[in-house]
Amino acid sequence: MSLDGSYYLVLAAVLFTIGGIGLLVRRNVLVMFMCIELMLNAANLTFVTFSRMLNDIGGQSLVFFVLVVAAAEVVVGLGIIVAIFRRRADATADDLNVLKG
Amino acid sequence: MFAPILAAAPIDLAVFAACALIVLAGALGVVLSRNPVYAALSLVLTLFGVAILFVEQDAQFLAAVQVIVYAGAIVVLFLFVIMLLGVDRQETLGGEPLRAQRPLALIVGLAGLGEVLALARVRTWATGAASSVGPTTGPGSNVEKLARSIFTTYLLPFELTSALLIIAVIGAVVLARRPVRGVPPEALPTEDLDVPVGPGDGVRAVDGEPLADEEVASR
Amino acid sequence: MIHAAPAILLLPLVGFAVLTFSGRRLGDPAAGWLATAAVAGSFVASVLVFAALVGHDSAHRSVEQVYYRWIPVGGFQVNVGVLLDPLSITMALFVTGVSTLIHLYSISYMKADPQFRKFFVYLNLFVFSMLALVLSNNFLFTFLGWEGVGTCSYLLIAFWFDRDTAASAGKKAFIVNRIGDFGFVIALFLIFSRTGTLDYRGVFSHLGGVSGGWATAVALLLLAGAVGKSAQLPLWVWLPDAMEGPTPVSALIHAATMVTAGVFLMTRASPILHLTPVSLTIIAALGAVTALVAATVACAQDDIKRVLAYSTISQLGYMFLGVGATAYGAATFHMVSHAFFKALLFLAAGSVIHALNNEQDMKRMGGLAKVLPVTAGTFAVAWLAISGIPPFCGFWSKDAILGAAYGKSPILWAIGVVTVLLTAYYMTRLMVLTFTGQARWETARPGGSPTPGHSAERPAGETQGGHGDHAGEPHEGPWIMTVPLIVLAGLSVVGGLLDLPFLNLEFLDHWLDPVVGHQTNLAYQSAGLKVGLLLATLVVALSGIALARGLWWRNWRRPELEPALLANNYYADDFYSRVFTSGGGAMSRFLAAAVDNRVIDGTVNGVAALARGGGTVLRRAQTGYVRNYALGIAAGTVVILGFMLSRAGS
Repeated sequence: MSLDGSYYLVLAAVLFTIGGIGLLVRRNVLVMFMCIELMLNAANLTFVTFSRMLNDIGGQSLVFFVLVVAAAEVVVGLGIIVAIFRRRADATADDLNVLKG
Repeated sequence: MFAPILAAAPIDLAVFAACALIVLAGALGVVLSRNPVYAALSLVLTLFGVAILFVEQDAQFLAAVQVIVYAGAIVVLFLFVIMLLGVDRQETLGGEPLRAQRPLALIVGLAGLGEVLALARVRTWATGAASSVGPTTGPGSNVEKLARSIFTTYLLPFELTSALLIIAVIGAVVLARRPVRGVPPEALPTEDLDVPVGPGDGVRAVDGEPLADEEVASR
Repeated sequence: MIHAAPAILLLPLVGFAVLTFSGRRLGDPAAGWLATAAVAGSFVASVLVFAALVGHDSAHRSVEQVYYRWIPVGGFQVNVGVLLDPLSITMALFVTGVSTLIHLYSISYMKADPQFRKFFVYLNLFVFSMLALVLSNNFLFTFLGWEGVGTCSYLLIAFWFDRDTAASAGKKAFIVNRIGDFGFVIALFLIFSRTGTLDYRGVFSHLGGVSGGWATAVALLLLAGAVGKSAQLPLWVWLPDAMEGPTPVSALIHAATMVTAGVFLMTRASPILHLTPVSLTIIAALGAVTALVAATVACAQDDIKRVLAYSTISQLGYMFLGVGATAYGAATFHMVSHAFFKALLFLAAGSVIHALNNEQDMKRMGGLAKVLPVTAGTFAVAWLAISGIPPFCGFWSKDAILGAAYGKSPILWAIGVVTVLLTAYYMTRLMVLTFTGQARWETARPGGSPTPGHSAERPAGETQGGHGDHAGEPHEGPWIMTVPLIVLAGLSVVGGLLDLPFLNLEFLDHWLDPVVGHQTNLAYQSAGLKVGLLLATLVVALSGIALARGLWWRNWRRPELEPALLANNYYADDFYSRVFTSGGGAMSRFLAAAVDNRVIDGTVNGVAALARGGGTVLRRAQTGYVRNYALGIAAGTVVILGFMLSRAGS
């Protein structure tokens, strides 16, 4: 007899918010990436919670796929970061401001 | 909305409370750590917390996958890159060069959270619609049910994700290649950044001044 | 026979089309004969329709035929159609009849002109437009014809367009006409807004209960159009300059037909005029004053065509006087008889000009009676007709108008009588200077170079053929030119029979009754008064002739009788030029600088500046920093969530 799903959902919301604020505030690219992972985890938690509440295995399948795609995303993203910031130690997201209008 | 707490077994509540703490502590650690390595480890903490919550909700397979893939591969990859690029230096968390970014971010984030919670109050969380893919409860293990849904209903997305993984691998290999010596600068992808590069790699900075020798030597 | 009616309109139009597209293949003079045949056919058709209408009894003499649904737009329906009633068929008859004669005359007159075919193209188009104007069954089709005759008038006045004076005269005619047309158009708007239709029958049957103000406004606006088209004060300045065109044009358009369109319009709109007696008074007064003023100017002109032009203006003034005195029969009668003798005068003048190798200055003519007998004879008939000597038609028609004017107001009658005196005077002066006395043309240079202020006619690019070789030996033109003169002279003699003021022989008056309703009927004047007025007019005319003969016989140089004020048309052209043209120019310059540059360009540039400024402001959102953009995305999400929250509960 598990806890009512609302608790998990609130937790997921808070986790998402923390990840979101972290993404906006941090300048280190890798830490920003980690905040994105936090947000993805919050989404996963929400899916699993709803899967239990609605008695539908589809939610868990979706989490499976989210996991796969998150992995692929991290791979490519880190590859890009490596390619761009290869030379620089303290690269921040602010250095990519060439599109300034 | 919030069903009476006492209807559940106390062990569930305790587990949930502990895991909630773990998750939030890890999240705050990620956001607030100056050292990126500390941040990565805090991320692991969060991931573990979430995995436990998965188990709590009868998603055992996902919990295992979470630990193996997320914590075991992705975070490790993060750490590899951190070490490779040498970005383990402390980031200055103090001044924020962009004006109003921080307060606005806080406001926006908290507003979002508030709205989501408020939405929760005025709407029900779940509609109770009939199961569409398959039930979570009933005979059979969680793995079996999950496998059945993936390999029958969601077969196409499964195949697409495998293709995605191959593409990601190829892309990563291409992206991470070192530039070849003697290649003309136009062929390299570092053109439009104000990232000064040394003269020894066949790459030159856009704005002209090559690094002084001692800077190059310090890399 | 009423079915011949479409042919009246169609034949000139077909002639125009054929000549436009294949006239070159026909060649001169076949093109001219074709055009003449078209108009002659139209005349025959008019006669047939006239006979048909005579066959109906007088209460049913109004036949409407609709040919084409022109503008069917909701509540606004205008058709192309004709209203065959006594008024329109009378107009059609004399328009087509006189046109045929003038077309015939032109075949010879324009023989040497390289633009021979074009002349007939325009003439046929003109005849079609004029017929559309008079036969139409609604105001808008009439207006189409109105504009058509104005356009053809412009084209024909400026026929020799390589001459600056001719081109300017054409423009002047068109522009001055336009001023009047503006009034006409406003009148159309008022008519439609009040009665909901532009058909004559429809409008006139819906006049119950209209306000006097509306009727006066419409009447005066239509009068404005008529003033422009018929060259009355204050828009009379274009007609003298229109003499730049070839003489047949002057005969047809500026004597017999187009300029009568204004009188026709007033007659056609008589039901509206009768609702506002004040407008009738204005029309009568305007006509009388114009007649007098134009007659005074004619006394001081040297160019033979200009005398005739001012004479036309003066006679048109008489017609307006007739309309204003509600003597529509008299006005129409004078219109018809004036068409006869004025066309004759112009054609005969053309014969003189042709014979003298394009000389138009009367001071260089003289003694032509011997060498141009037919011309002189027919000219004399016309002279007597216009001066008002019985039994020629001019006497009867002029007297009909004067009788009606006396009934309206003795002052108007007096003005009319003074004008009779002046008319007789200047026409006699013209006769004496042109046909009697010593032959001053023998001493003039051959070819007749133009003196300032006088325009000599000349076909573009060539001295006129035929008579150019025998410089100084004028002779009559061929039969094509003399036959029309003789026919018109005959008509001037017998034309009086149309409307004799006694013994119930007022055919024209009775004929027009069903159309114009209330008319001043001269039969109601006592016999004694009638005879008295007739005799008074006759005496005045004879004294005018005697005066002119006494002053000008053998005495062709009399500058004291030709004051500059009159010779220059009371300096009206200078006045208009100074007030309107310069004023208009100044206003245009002001508008160009102030409105065009500042307001309009400012607005356009302002819009551009606004876009630029807006862009500059908005560009601050493009900081280039990824985190700012992420913040934007997050803010957007918050907004959407807020929207969902606001709609929650549903």
